[in-house]
Amino acid sequence: MGSKFMELLLNAVKDGLLLGGFYGAISVGLTISFGLLDVVNIAHPIFIILGSYIAYVLNSTWGVDPLLAGLLPAPLFYWLGVAVYRVYYRSFERRGEESLRGLVFFFGILFLIEVSLIITYGVDYRLVSAGYIGRSLDLGGLSFAYRLLVPFLAGSLLTLALFLFLTRSFYGKAIMGVSQDRFALQLMGADPVKIKTIAFGLSIATTSLAGALLIIIGPVEPSVGRVYIGRVFAVVVLGGMGSVGGTLVAAIIVGVAESLTSIFVGPAWSEAVSFALLLLALAVRPSGLFGR
Amino acid sequence: MLATLLSQRFIRNQYFFFAGYVILQYVILATAWNILGGYTGYVNFGTSAFFALGAYSAAILINKLGVSHFLALVVAGGLVSGLLGLGIGYLTLRLRGVFFSIATLALAVVLQTAIINWDYVGGARGIYVLRPKEAPFFGHYVEFLFIMMVLLSLVSVGVAWWIENSWVGRGLAAIRDNEEAAECMGVPILKLKLFATTVSGILMGVAGAPFPYYITYLEPSSAFNLDYAVNSLAMPMIGGTTTWIGPVIGAVLLGTAQQLATVTISSHLNLLLVGVILVAFVVLAPEGIVGLAQRLRRRKLS
Amino acid sequence: MAEALLEVQGVVKRFGGFTALNGVSFEVREGERFGLIGPNGSGKTTLINCISGALRNDGGRILFRGIDITRTPAYRRTRLGIARSFQIPRPFSSMTVAENLCIPLEYAAGVRDADAPGEAREILRRIGLESKADAPTGGLTQIELRKLELARAMAARPSLLISDEAMAGLSSAEVDEILALLGRLNAQGITVIMIEHIMRAVMSFSERIVVLDAGDKIAEGTPGEIVNNKDVEKAYLGE
Repeated sequence: MGSKFMELLLNAVKDGLLLGGFYGAISVGLTISFGLLDVVNIAHPIFIILGSYIAYVLNSTWGVDPLLAGLLPAPLFYWLGVAVYRVYYRSFERRGEESLRGLVFFFGILFLIEVSLIITYGVDYRLVSAGYIGRSLDLGGLSFAYRLLVPFLAGSLLTLALFLFLTRSFYGKAIMGVSQDRFALQLMGADPVKIKTIAFGLSIATTSLAGALLIIIGPVEPSVGRVYIGRVFAVVVLGGMGSVGGTLVAAIIVGVAESLTSIFVGPAWSEAVSFALLLLALAVRPSGLFGR
Repeated sequence: MLATLLSQRFIRNQYFFFAGYVILQYVILATAWNILGGYTGYVNFGTSAFFALGAYSAAILINKLGVSHFLALVVAGGLVSGLLGLGIGYLTLRLRGVFFSIATLALAVVLQTAIINWDYVGGARGIYVLRPKEAPFFGHYVEFLFIMMVLLSLVSVGVAWWIENSWVGRGLAAIRDNEEAAECMGVPILKLKLFATTVSGILMGVAGAPFPYYITYLEPSSAFNLDYAVNSLAMPMIGGTTTWIGPVIGAVLLGTAQQLATVTISSHLNLLLVGVILVAFVVLAPEGIVGLAQRLRRRKLS
Repeated sequence: MAEALLEVQGVVKRFGGFTALNGVSFEVREGERFGLIGPNGSGKTTLINCISGALRNDGGRILFRGIDITRTPAYRRTRLGIARSFQIPRPFSSMTVAENLCIPLEYAAGVRDADAPGEAREILRRIGLESKADAPTGGLTQIELRKLELARAMAARPSLLISDEAMAGLSSAEVDEILALLGRLNAQGITVIMIEHIMRAVMSFSERIVVLDAGDKIAEGTPGEIVNNKDVEKAYLGE
């Protein structure tokens, strides 16, 4: 009884860790758009789904490896992000409007993309195939499914790359700076709006790869995006809103929590876990958060 | 009076009954949404959760407890959804508005999961509800249902009208315009926000309570349909969010358009159009039709 | 000797690792004209936010008329008699100027629905904004917006009015206008705390001044004493 429990526990933690790395990858874009730029992009998950579908098309039509199918469209996603941000900025941020309209705007985008995908591809589940999907790696008595391991590794690499970019490169540091002190930024000669546009474009570019990772893990259909909204916001908020390292740690916490819930309570409730964690994170933070 | 006349003539025709019912339902939902969204500035993306809860509460009363008295259903639906509104409000309204909105999104997902896994109400398979044949005074139950919806719509709009023109409405507007300043001007922001959330929830539950009798087969995917979330948001946005007329205009226009469209184009294309119209209005005409009309009138006067 | 209307006792406020207020203490007496000055970032607005209730202080106490209001929510403090204006004006943009005043009149001062518009106009008349009573707030000039901020605070019928840099960026004549207004309010018995960078205004207005620097109170006294205080000089001129 005891060893069976331990085995279950170990597997749950292992899967949770792998999932966590993946969650980090899908959330790190939102860390930029919501954490650093304070843009409430609730459409972030549907961009990921869009990435999944493009990866699916590339994979099923031309046999492109899913990872590659996630990287190749990234520039397109970048420009899509730039376009969306331009509309957002001109219509809402410049006017100083309350987030109400910005929120509704992104909800509209979320809705449009989801329905467009349903119209184009229907509601059937789609998946990708690759040599490693379906196989697993056996290490130390534990079995690591490649469909989880590959996204974990790729996701961690993405997070690392973004971390280095934000802390080492000129534009990266400018993006970090724009969230704290736009005045200093102007003194530097950099245009805050341009920096923000680049940052948002970057955040959408990450969804291209994130989507590919998602569809490697499991089949995807358009409404799958909705269960990820709570997750990604939970990860970004728990991770301290704008800290890439924090995002990764938070992602692993969420991943493990969900995995444990899934094994010991039931898979249907794992989605509620991140939502509960989000509320918990918000409740514990100092009340100075209100009305920022 | 007009409504009764119309209903007498049209309800004989089943199609008009069904179309009219849906439009009236949206009048209530759009009005309810707007009390929290347009008046107070807090966006609820989870209308379907409140609506479905109202529907399921009524269904439980009908099927499991043998209660079919209409008023009881409405009260139950309103109460349960009102409590949900109070609950989610209490948990999230002390935080930034965006977290409330995300919570409502997550709420819809979580609640749908819960219902799907709850065999008492039929889980994913749903439950059948028998519509009574006759209703007191009205003959066909279908006529009765329609009249009731008209009444409920009038009540909802009346509630919105009262709130808008009362000191409560002024306080909500202050919260919407500048919450921090409102608090420093003596407005009890948390209490008012909770009030708005609860009233909004109650009305959405009220809209959902007659649904089992209307549709006779209640199951999660129709009760939690994304339609409700998008429409209850789009209709006030299109009609205008600052006054009670806006949601009504939006509901009638968009609702009618959708009813007409369902017979000609696929339901998904229909939804796509709603999405496009929504984004267009939010970006180009945020003050809605009412706002545009006000602007035109001002220009004519000057 | 006038009673202490407001007592600030050892107030501490931290934002993450940064300490904005490091145990600030002072008293403001009933009917006093009180000045609060300090270089940028010294914590003045944070202190005001703690007094008005917009922020909850992490340590220390705030007493109003002897009652501990440290845990009292902001809207109730306003009803008790503390009103503040905002440094950057925050009008209710969907309402007219008069309607802006009806909010504090109804919610803080408890004026009835029917009487509020009339009282609002009266306040606007006293402050010189009567002509704009029915105008939307969007078209107001800077000084009109500042006056609206003060008018709104007045509409709450406060016993303590905190004016947060109401004169920043105004012309000399406009500064005098605001000064005169605050003086008139004080003459009616309202205790006024003035936060300003415009030295001549603070020095001429205040009976007593507290100086903050980097979260600490570095000086307290009459304008004459403050002007000659070496620590104050250093704080402003830097080392």
